[in-house]
Amino acid sequence: MAASDPAAIHAALRSHFGDAVGDLAGTRPDNTGTTVAPSAIVDVCRFLKTETGLAFDCLSNLSGVDYPKRNVIEVVYHLYSYRYRHLFVLKVDVPRDNPAVPSVAGVWHAAEWQEREVFDLLGVTFEGHPDLRRILMPEDWPGHPLRKDFVEPEEYHGISTSRESLLKT
Amino acid sequence: MSLTGFEVEIQREVDGGLSTEDMTLSMGPQHPSTHGVLRFVVRADGEVMKEAIPDIGYLHRSIEKIAEKVGWHGFMPYTDRVDYVAAMFCNQGWAMAGERLAGIEVPKRSEYCRVIAAEFNRIQSHLLSVGSMAMDIGAYTPFTHALREREYINDLIEELCGARLTFNYMRIGGVAWDIPPGWREKALAYVERFEPLIDEYNALISYNKIYTERLGNVAVITAQEAIEYNLVGPNLRGSGVRYDVRRDEPYSVYPELDFDIPVGTGEMGTVGDCFDRYIVRMREMKESCKILRQCLQGLPPGPVIAKVARNFKPPAGDCYVRVESARGDMGWYVVSDGTAFPHRCKIRTGSFAAMSIIQKVSRNLMIADLIAVIASFDLVAPEIDR
Repeated sequence: MAASDPAAIHAALRSHFGDAVGDLAGTRPDNTGTTVAPSAIVDVCRFLKTETGLAFDCLSNLSGVDYPKRNVIEVVYHLYSYRYRHLFVLKVDVPRDNPAVPSVAGVWHAAEWQEREVFDLLGVTFEGHPDLRRILMPEDWPGHPLRKDFVEPEEYHGISTSRESLLKT
Repeated sequence: MSLTGFEVEIQREVDGGLSTEDMTLSMGPQHPSTHGVLRFVVRADGEVMKEAIPDIGYLHRSIEKIAEKVGWHGFMPYTDRVDYVAAMFCNQGWAMAGERLAGIEVPKRSEYCRVIAAEFNRIQSHLLSVGSMAMDIGAYTPFTHALREREYINDLIEELCGARLTFNYMRIGGVAWDIPPGWREKALAYVERFEPLIDEYNALISYNKIYTERLGNVAVITAQEAIEYNLVGPNLRGSGVRYDVRRDEPYSVYPELDFDIPVGTGEMGTVGDCFDRYIVRMREMKESCKILRQCLQGLPPGPVIAKVARNFKPPAGDCYVRVESARGDMGWYVVSDGTAFPHRCKIRTGSFAAMSIIQKVSRNLMIADLIAVIASFDLVAPEIDR
């Protein structure tokens, strides 16, 4: 039987993982989910993928959001089940100064590149990732561009990153 | 962007007096059949690849960062640049994200305008895909046929929104312009003209013996692998998974429309091979014609844009919008903090996932097959790198 109701999915997570799983939050089906403790994320994901009736066979989206005010980077997982056509969101908060989350690349292959992207653009380290390298930015790029406090360097290998306004007379 | 070298890796295998070496080749970034600036580092033993490692990032323009700087309305033209072959869907994803966050009801007529524009764009994009695929395999003529038909759609869309490639047609709350006088008839006439041409195209190339031999049984992806790697759109349906966001997570007016979802059946080999991914696109164009005919005939009257504040500030919150783009399920994870600027906008695209599976499927293929594989995934480089 499909537990397509987010409350039922959340209840199943609670009964298995207890306090590692936060409260159910969300206003619409596309943003309903829960927070998860970083240490439990791999087990939670594996459970959601393999448990009958949940079958989240697809990691639809993995992204990171920087929240300087709360001093955390939130790693967001959008899980989707092709079997039952339901979506569930997991959010993991990690401290900004030392962001590290266990990698879920062993659960879904799709996580491999998406985690590399979050590592590249936000500087989150995914522990246990098979090949954690920068993916979009050059290897020697300073910093992580999607951090809110990122300051663009003035030049890159002698190439200026700014130019004078063309409208200046 | 990290595999710096073009080093020749020498690995001698002395076997019965014959020694062979593995070659490391750099394919791209400016190879004519790589559909934009892509690069592969190919490790090959003669003509057979041991693996092809994709190296992306050449077209990274930090579009997600730009979103945080230019505001909600201001970002719309930038979305065109995410996937410039199918810009309508990027417009639509962004518009829907804003609408969902702010709870805006979009007028019916503008939903129809969106679907019409989007389905024309889907045909346009698929034509480029199948045309360039034939060219990559070595048949030049079909490409010219495909581009000729594409040109008419360019003209139609130009009349609609003033642009042929980067449309900037949609707005949060609706579309920028209503359909011009006389356009509906022209568009209908085009659909009537175009639909039979799909069969002509099939007769010209799709079932050509050389073509099917080159594509059948090449780079087979099972349904399970496709889901595991998050392949979407025609690439997923080519593997036999009957899933389409337009039907399974319906948005806009798609629930009211009647259309089929073609999937790969393995008619020229195995389910999930290059041919299946190709033929799914051919058939989708026919379905798009069906949708277009219904929309153009049933276009309701009314306004084309809802009242949206010029200084648009959606309430704080996040949303995950999915749109069925020409390259499949495109995910927009947008976070608002209640200000005039989005807090975060993540765009998850179909080509990114397709690119990530290439290393796996390229094992033990011929180098020439890599070209067919790239073409069959319909990779668009700006969409991978954003």
